[in-house]
Formats: sequence, C-alpha cells, structure tokens
Amino acid sequence: MSVLIRGGRLLDPANGVDRIDDLLVADGKIVAIGAGLQGDQVVEAGGKVVAPGFIDIHVHLRVPGQEYKEDIRTGTAAAVRGGFTGVVCMPNTKPVIDNVPVVSYVVNLAARDGLCRVWPTGAITKGSKGDELAEIGDMFEAGIVAVTDDGRPVDDSERMRQAMIYAKQFDLLVMDHCEDKALSAGGAMHYGKVSSELGLKGIASASEEVHVARDILLSLETGARVHIQHISSRRSVELLRWGKAMGAKVSAEATPHHFTLTDQIVADMNYSTNTKMNPPLREEADREAIIAAMVDGTIDIIATDHAPHHIDEKDVEYQQALFGITGLETSVGLTLDRLVRPGILSLEQMILMMSTRPAKLVNVKPPALVEGAEADITILDLEKSWTVQVDEMESRSKNSPFIGWTLTGAPHATVVGGKLRMLEMKVVAE
Amino acid sequence: MAGLKRKDILGLKDLSVDELDLILNTADTLKDIATRPIKKVPTLRGKSLVTLFYENSTRTAKSFELAGKYLSADVINVSVSSSSVQKGETLKDTARNLEAMGVDAVVMRHSMGGAPQILSRYLKASVINAGDGMHEHPSQGLLDMLTIRQKKGSFKGLKVAIIGDSYHSRVARSNIYGLTKYGAEVWLAGPATMLPQGYEEYGVKVTTKVDEALEGADVVNVLRLQLERQERGLFPSIAEYHRLWGVNERRLKLAKPDALLMHPGPMNRGVELSTAIADGNQSVILEQVTNGVAVRMALLYLLLGGGESA
Repeated sequence: MSVLIRGGRLLDPANGVDRIDDLLVADGKIVAIGAGLQGDQVVEAGGKVVAPGFIDIHVHLRVPGQEYKEDIRTGTAAAVRGGFTGVVCMPNTKPVIDNVPVVSYVVNLAARDGLCRVWPTGAITKGSKGDELAEIGDMFEAGIVAVTDDGRPVDDSERMRQAMIYAKQFDLLVMDHCEDKALSAGGAMHYGKVSSELGLKGIASASEEVHVARDILLSLETGARVHIQHISSRRSVELLRWGKAMGAKVSAEATPHHFTLTDQIVADMNYSTNTKMNPPLREEADREAIIAAMVDGTIDIIATDHAPHHIDEKDVEYQQALFGITGLETSVGLTLDRLVRPGILSLEQMILMMSTRPAKLVNVKPPALVEGAEADITILDLEKSWTVQVDEMESRSKNSPFIGWTLTGAPHATVVGGKLRMLEMKVVAE
Repeated sequence: MAGLKRKDILGLKDLSVDELDLILNTADTLKDIATRPIKKVPTLRGKSLVTLFYENSTRTAKSFELAGKYLSADVINVSVSSSSVQKGETLKDTARNLEAMGVDAVVMRHSMGGAPQILSRYLKASVINAGDGMHEHPSQGLLDMLTIRQKKGSFKGLKVAIIGDSYHSRVARSNIYGLTKYGAEVWLAGPATMLPQGYEEYGVKVTTKVDEALEGADVVNVLRLQLERQERGLFPSIAEYHRLWGVNERRLKLAKPDALLMHPGPMNRGVELSTAIADGNQSVILEQVTNGVAVRMALLYLLLGGGESA
C-alpha cells in the first residue's frame, strides 16, 4: 500500500530540500516527489513540515529484563508517538547487553514487536563493571551501533583508553555518561543553592566535567570517536568547545530537560521525584550555555535519555527514588515550543540535530527526503497546542516532569519504512 | 486563639511572621503547664498522635510525646530502623497504615530531606517534621527562637552566631529561615568543608573564622559535630576541630557579656564546646529543652485543637 504525503513543506537541509510538494511512499521507499501525485493512503500535510525521520540515540528500552518499566512494543510506541522513526537503546539491562546472544535477542524482538527501527548499543566492559572489555567486535557484527557503559561509566582511565582504541577499529562511537562516581556519591540533585535549601546532598558539576575532560583528552590521544551523553554543565560545554577546537573527534547531545529546566524545579515541584535524573538539572547559567552551544553547533544533537521507571521506584523519598525521566513523547514538543518557535533554533538546525546528525554518529544511513531513500519520515505541526497527559502516553512508565505542560508544536505523523505509524499523536498499529 | 490555617508543619521556610508569632505566643502561654503539679489539660482529649522515627532520637521524640500527653492526646511511638528504609515497607504504606488506624497527626523524623513533604501528600492527617535529613528541624528552630525571645525580647538586629557543621545541619537551616524573617543577623562559622552555599542571599554571613562570627554576638548556637564526618574527610581530627572551631571560655568572651550559649544536643563535651561554658552561667541549653516541650505543645494545639481554649 502506498502512502501519499500531500502538500507539506518538505525540509531536509542536509540534502538541500526546502519546497512544498507531494511525496509518495511505496514498498518502504520514497518513490516520487512532485505535484499532483496519487496514493492509496493520504496524509494531508498542508501547513505542516515534512522532515527526514527523527532518531533518538539515547533511549532505555529496558529489554531484556525490566519489561515492567518498558518493553520493545511500548517503547517504540512511545517513540513513534513522539515523532521518532528510530531509536538507539542502551545496554544497562538485566542482563547487560554485553554479548552476541543478548544483542541478537534485542534485534530479533525489535524486528517482531518494534514500531520503529531499533539499534542496540553494547557495553564497553563485561557487565558494565569497568573491568574486562566486552566482546565489542562480535557485538558489532551482530548489529550494535555504538558502545557505552551508560549509567556505570568506566572509571579506570586506562581501561577507557584501551576501549577507545579497540572500538575505533570498528569505527564504533564510544558514548559516555560522564560521571566521576566518587564525586557524585550519595547525591540526589545538583549541588548548589537549591540543594542546600532543600537539604539534599548535591552532585557537583565537576563530577561530570572531570570525565568530559578526560574523554576529550583520551579521544585526542587515541583518535577514537567519543560522544558525551546528556551534557549538563556550562564548563562541560566549554571543555567540549575546546576539544573540538583541538581537533578531538568528540560530539555531544543535549536533552530537552537540560535545555528546559533548572534545579529550581525540584523546589518548585516540592521534591517531586520526576525532577530527579542523572546528570541532574543544573543552574540557569548552565541551561543558557547548553542552548548557546546548540545554536552555535558545539552541541551536535538532541537526545532524550528516555529512562522509564515504575511508579513504585519513583513514589518514594527523593533520595531513594531512581534517577531518570521519560522523554520520547515530549522531546519534539519541547524543542519546538522552547527553541524553534521563539526563534532560538532554526527548524533546519532542529532537523539536523534530531535526524541527520544522530544517524551519522551511529553510522546508520541518514533519513533523507530524496527519491529512492528509505521512507523514514517525521511530519511536524508547528501550530498545534497540546497538553502532556498521562493517559495519552504510550510509554509503560509515566515519570515525566512535563505532565500537565501545554506546548505549542507537536509531531504530526511518523512514517517508518513506508508504513504510517502515527497520525495526530495517535499510534497507528497494523 | 485561632489555630494555624495549615495542615502541616514541614519547615520554617514557608511560615509567615504572623504564623511564627502565633506559635511562639502560644508556646509562651502553654509553657507553665509543664511546671504545674498536675501536668494535664484536656485540650486534645480524643486526638491521637504518632511519633514515627526513622532515626534515633531521645530528646525530640520524648519531647513530642510529653507535649502530646500534657494536652491529653493519645500518643504512640513507632521507631523504624534506618536500614528498613532500604528494604522494608515504603514510607507511603507505613503512613497509610497509620492513617487507617485513625491518627490525627504524625510527627516524623527521617534521614532524608523532603520525606515529610512526600508523607504529607499521602495523608489527610497533619504532618509535623521532627527533622528530615539535612533539610529542616522546625520545632528545634522554634524552641531556639522562643528561648532567644524570652531572654532578649525580640530578634531584630541580634547577631546570632551558629558555629559548626551547618552544611549538614537541619537545625542551622531552620534557625536561618526563622531568624532572618525577623531581621536577625545570622552568622555561620565552621570548617570550609562544612559550610553550605546559597545563604548569602538571605543576608547570612558565612565565615571560616570562628572569632569573627563570635565577635559581639548576642547568641552563640553551637552545633553538634557528627564524629563520623572525620572518616569522610571533612575534617582531619577532633583535636584540630576543637582548636580551630571549638567554643571555649576564651572564645565566648568575644561575644557580648550577656550572650546566650545554646546547643541543640546531644553535646560532645570537649569537642564543639568546653564543659566549663556548657555548664556556665551563659548556658541556656536546658531552658531550650524546657521550651521544646512548650513549642511542641503549641504546634499540636494549633494544628489539632485550634479554636478551643487551653
């Protein structure tokens, strides 16, 4: 069955596409772009922006082992509802994705149950214990697109250096959750005025910055491609800028919560544990530095760190609650509402940061609005005003600080491999 | 007397001066009950109160218990070991079970900041924070304020020096929030590793030099040093702490001659303060304890019994 996307503004800056036209999809590919095309299924896109499919390279699908938080079906449903055609999932599962059978399990399950593309990452070290290297080469052949010990970062710098050298031979991206665990131990939120007032143990920005600096230096030393996950502090941003100027192959992602919120929200929401994530929300100067670095290209991409948790893991004392919030279903809305509509970030920049560049980082073919390309397409409605509602969320977990927020700008439709998977923020199953 | 128009007492930060006045005035009125031959008034007859302590406490728990009993409330005490926070019943379930038994107020001490805020969300009953982590200890702040007010008349312009580990101290925080609302000049002095950040905007002066804080002080409030902080590298030895930050007779002389010496207890004699001054004539440490019962009676009365005469 063919799908006709009619009358939208086709916008694919990487391929120099910006025009109003029809786009016809059949057999999983974009088969024609032009005026007056016909198709079996029509998606009216007049007044909408048609973009190459969005990819979130930092998602916790919780498979295998923690399906009570999320599974392939619910996680990819959240993804397509949020406008994503592909996700890269993290290996801090139970068991850890550190060997071929587990990689294959995720790949096969995603092929069966997934509503969007799913690319797994593999652990850097066995069990993400920071000791022996995981079988990175075998996992690469089984389909991983990056390595990371997300959540349990490699502490030993020599291990990290060897891991970078080893990953580089497969041109695998090394993603790092930068955190010196000795500096952050016991902390529940950003160390600063607000943590002091709330009497919560703080996590100093330096706990991230120490590892950002280390990783940049190791990248310079080894030539490996290093990706700084969820950058949160202004000094980390400065280190990143310095590293790029020095020629390091370093990239970074910003999350919607770090460019939208500050630590003040912990007080404003009266210790709501949906404000607890790692790295924590920092100060206004940090938030501003992150946005400035997104605008000037120092920060390469937007990723969510979608981290679903069961309510029982969140509905406890702040210090006891697990770190993390969901992000897939609010990312596009927050980026449009907070950055694009106010004119801070251009639509072209947003598309590069959410589609083309994330794909390139993990060495998958970037979605494109050209004839012959895979039909992975995200359609945006810049005018739609909507409220984030718990009962509309597709994710199995509801741990979002944005519940109740009204945003202007939303994903309108998601086409994955030629199939319409979401329309008007409702998932389209088979 | 009208009651407080709030369900809970979670901290002094969000109390208004009018509310603080009401609590302190009520405490002054109720104070003599504890010194009568028959220490009982019927004000809270038929009301029930639970003290729920996730941390060890003698003074605060017993002070609340007596306060409730003097007002004729039925009081039960529950202590839960800190380790069971990790593996036992959740706070939510414990709280809901207590409420299902019909309690009117829960007085909670907890090792984690913000736990009373979470408890309050689950309960229709009143919640009184008896100390949460390093956040607040409102009844301690209030009893310190009552003691100061009784001796000094008012707070405005008083120099109050809080000496010691204010970073980890809920007592310091509640004192800061309460005293600065009345225009007192609060100083924090202690080792740099134990000083909090962010209080300058409340007008608080922060220094590592204890003499500077003590100079001309009207009130000297010495905090308890948690000795385990040494293992975590926050100070090198008790001897050095005592030499550099301990309050002794020589240092106390830097304060005004009529300065009050306070301590929230329990004291480490010879560490944060010397025995000579702890038992000296400037010490109001036991009056603080007496006022503690009065303040806690006032809180219970104003939350549970407001409107009826004492």
